[in-house]
Amino acid sequence: MAITRKDVDYVAHLSRIDMTEDEAAALTAQLEKIVGYVDKLAELDVSRVEPLAFATEAGNVLRKDVPRDGITREDALGNAPAAGGGYFRVPPVIEGGTH
Amino acid sequence: MGNVASEIWRLPAPVIAARVRAKELSALEVTGAFLERARAVNPEIKAFLEIFDDATDAAEAVDERIAAGDDPGPIAGVPVAIKDNMCIRGRLCGCASRILEGFRPPYTADAVERVVAAGGVPIGRTNMDEFAMGSSTENSAYFTTLNPWDTSTVPGGSSGGSAAAVASGAAPLAVGSDTGGSIRQPGALCGVVAYKPTYGMVSRYGLIAFGSSLDQIGPFSRDVAGAALLMDAMSAHDERDATSHRGEYPDYSAAVAAGDLAGKRLGVPGEYFIEGIDPEVETLVRAAIGRAEAAGAELVEISLPHTEYAVAVYYVIATAEASSNLARYDGVHYGHRAEKPDGLIPLYSRSRGEGFGAEVKRRVMLGTYALSSGYYDAYYLRALKVRNLMKQDLDSAFETIDYVVCPTSPTAAFKVGERADDPLSMYLSDIFTISANLAGVPAVSIPCGFTSAGLPVGVQVMGRHFDDAGVLAAAATLERTESFTDRWPEL
Repeated sequence: MAITRKDVDYVAHLSRIDMTEDEAAALTAQLEKIVGYVDKLAELDVSRVEPLAFATEAGNVLRKDVPRDGITREDALGNAPAAGGGYFRVPPVIEGGTH
Repeated sequence: MGNVASEIWRLPAPVIAARVRAKELSALEVTGAFLERARAVNPEIKAFLEIFDDATDAAEAVDERIAAGDDPGPIAGVPVAIKDNMCIRGRLCGCASRILEGFRPPYTADAVERVVAAGGVPIGRTNMDEFAMGSSTENSAYFTTLNPWDTSTVPGGSSGGSAAAVASGAAPLAVGSDTGGSIRQPGALCGVVAYKPTYGMVSRYGLIAFGSSLDQIGPFSRDVAGAALLMDAMSAHDERDATSHRGEYPDYSAAVAAGDLAGKRLGVPGEYFIEGIDPEVETLVRAAIGRAEAAGAELVEISLPHTEYAVAVYYVIATAEASSNLARYDGVHYGHRAEKPDGLIPLYSRSRGEGFGAEVKRRVMLGTYALSSGYYDAYYLRALKVRNLMKQDLDSAFETIDYVVCPTSPTAAFKVGERADDPLSMYLSDIFTISANLAGVPAVSIPCGFTSAGLPVGVQVMGRHFDDAGVLAAAATLERTESFTDRWPEL
């Protein structure tokens, strides 16, 4: 599968990663090589094989639905680059909105 | 006692714990000796991102417990180096990434809590490839750790700081994490015992996630008995990790002490002795296999036919999981945030673009690509199916054998910079370690000799799901046939 610069820009957008021109150009060549290697998976006939997402068979695990203390709001906000009034701060999301 | 304080750092972990429990040594003396050793070697080796100067407080707490008549537990007074991807409340923790610069977790990882509860003394946080993505520590955002046996070579990775700390005598034990070989490969390259337990045997609570279906915490030690002690401390059910094992847990130390290879069937996979393996590595690993046979094991040639697909499967699944796990670094909740972003999407994209290093970007991009519309079936779903084929290879091998024995890494330590510009050649460093993660089985690397250049080589033993005690017992038996524990790098 050939990887184009357009693919890299699209995946960078999906990944929410800004890249410089140089980074994007280098990644185009590197991903081309890596995806070319990964394409060897196509050699195998897997039509009768089940996918395996987890190697051990624990299945789904649920706990009792009872309230308990989690980390405090102060702790949760303690590492935020910007917080105020007990919330995380972000730039305005809605056009014309204010902080 | 006859031990001058300056030689305490040469003592193996089980000896330290026994002497501290017998009140022949204090935890404070031991911690002081290792802090001194760590400070002496770290400028050259750069194993630690941070040495905990206040580790003496934790050591004093252990001594107080002993003075009060309490037995702290299996690793009483033993300093333990902690990889920089395990949370300790209030301390810096950053996965050697700029995006987590300044992050202080509000809680402590289960494994670290248990280390402390069992009398262990966290002595510092060790360098790693950023977010555990790499095989050399060259992807750390801070600096490259160097191999204590030859400082022109890498220590392996991603847990290279933990491996180098133990190899250089800066810590008797260390904790690492292994997603595709990140404990075993640096263990082999640094000449120490390095163990990846069965998936689920150590809680992942507080381990910063990379590939959640593959990530596993495990120990580094100079000897198998030390690795078993650290497992006795760390390995227990934890309801905060939904994949934590719910059944029985072994007494690792007892299993190691009682271990024996007589009558055990060791499978030697032909696919692990391939073109590309260093001839000296092959010779040393085959010699170790010969010693196992002399110790009473029966050797069986086996085939693991899908081995050649391991790296391809791994780099789809691990990157897909990583692309999801690393979505949380958004410049909002913690860590690096771009200045003056022009809206919310630019806040995310610029914070991530500035905060992630090249390899992390590459893997998040690859994983996102493999999961994206139109490619999901061709890459991600297909990789999960080949993963199943690889697990079936091991399952059928274990119907006739007890353990697989093979090289840990195709080469000894490589030069700093040698593979840094070629991601694919770096990925191929993990070819012999990935299968155990994909299948979730236990695997240990122990030293089996040195190349003519004086670099250590490791041999790997893999076992069945939940036969952790058996794998460590087999490794201990192999270690008794020829031990390299007393050989130290010149530093």
